[in-house]
Amino acid sequence: MPIKVLIPTPLRPYAGKQSTVEVNAQTVGEALNNLVTQHPDLRKHLFAEDGKLRSFVNVYLNDEDIRYLAKDATPAKETDTITIVPSVAGGV
Amino acid sequence: MALRIQKGLLDQLREHGEQTYPHECCGVLVGDFDDADNKTVRSVVACGNTRTDSPQNRYHISPAELIRIQRETALVGQDIVGFYHSHPDWPAKWSSTDLDEAHWTGCSYVITSVENEKAVLTNSFLLQGEEQDKHFEDELIEVVE
Repeated sequence: MPIKVLIPTPLRPYAGKQSTVEVNAQTVGEALNNLVTQHPDLRKHLFAEDGKLRSFVNVYLNDEDIRYLAKDATPAKETDTITIVPSVAGGV
Repeated sequence: MALRIQKGLLDQLREHGEQTYPHECCGVLVGDFDDADNKTVRSVVACGNTRTDSPQNRYHISPAELIRIQRETALVGQDIVGFYHSHPDWPAKWSSTDLDEAHWTGCSYVITSVENEKAVLTNSFLLQGEEQDKHFEDELIEVVE
């Protein structure tokens, strides 16, 4: 059951320069784990040393932030799209 | 490496900073990369600043808005190539907060200084390195007609 994962511009060098990667998974957590298994260089850019998503990495299932769903346990199906988006912020 | 942008698009992002003064504006630069990693901006997407607690000196773009833009750009074969924001009454230079909060390596961070509602200077900075050694490099803005 392949699920599409959209890779943002800064992470593409670690994902074989692809903008989309397909992974087989039943949940978002499984999809992300399978993604970093396919592309090990992505791991440190997505996950902190404790294995949790880095604070500035947002993961959406379709239009929903997984933090407000069931996080890693959020079920995912073939028609879903997972989007990874690093945060954009700053100021003086 | 350079950031190529039409004058009309550059004016658009500068005017956004004037409109939101004394608050920071922010938005996304959409376009494409060439083989030498030069970027050409094809459109400028104005975003809302979600930092309503301190909009005069902070900006943040909603991830939901970024995701919508990322999807729409992919549909037309383009990419997010950078971001812009304004510095009301502050120089057009990156701050330590700008660097701490920057995570889009290889993308341009364009900053416009705005004084008394007038856009003054616009500079671009290229984010390089990985998270532990990231840094900004000055980047040429090539204005094209």
